Amino acid sequence: MATKKNTNEEVVLNDYESVIIFTPVLSDEQLKDALAKYRNMIIENGGEMVHEENWGLTKLAYPINKKTTGFYHIYEYKANNSFVSKFELAFRRDERIMRFLSTSLDKHAVIYNQRKRNGEFNQSKKDKQQEGK
Amino acid sequence: MAAPNKQINPAMVFNTTPEVQQKKKYCRFKKNGIKYIDYKDGNFLLKFVNEQGKILPRRLTGTSLKYQRKIALAVKRARHLAILPYVADQLK
Repeated sequence: MATKKNTNEEVVLNDYESVIIFTPVLSDEQLKDALAKYRNMIIENGGEMVHEENWGLTKLAYPINKKTTGFYHIYEYKANNSFVSKFELAFRRDERIMRFLSTSLDKHAVIYNQRKRNGEFNQSKKDKQQEGK
Repeated sequence: MAAPNKQINPAMVFNTTPEVQQKKKYCRFKKNGIKYIDYKDGNFLLKFVNEQGKILPRRLTGTSLKYQRKIALAVKRARHLAILPYVADQLK
């Protein structure tokens, strides 16, 4: 879904979302460094940051690399379609990352994420989740 | 198997048990106007999964085909991200 189009350069930015699970052995600073690295990568490659979400240390549903917890981080961004493969290559090379998933967002997803950010719905559900944690 | 939304023949209903009329199932996404299913919302996806973590069939949940596909995709994504388990014993 094209969101921005320059007639001269033909730069098309699409909406993407990447969820990354970092290993729980990282210190706060190491995690910050890693997050900053990927944030910069998006911007340097002509992308736009839309939203970031950090779930903190979260319990996994099943062990990954013999770890039962992980740091979840979600980047929602706009980027050119060639960027995602570069981004994922960087994830694969990074030993701090246990698991990742990049998805392209359709128009419904973009609206959903916007409404979620504004806290229009899932209020009671979110509260329950926080209590559970 | 007959399609779940197939018209029920009145004669057939009469022949079996006319008193026990099952409540009509409906697609909750169509009814509530939900267009996007978030794969990051593990608690919501639990509704479409049985105790073993398997995806429930349409004939039990009443979801329309369009949204069943989206549920399946969301559940599979959630499994990859360890939000839902691939195999479980007592999920609920």
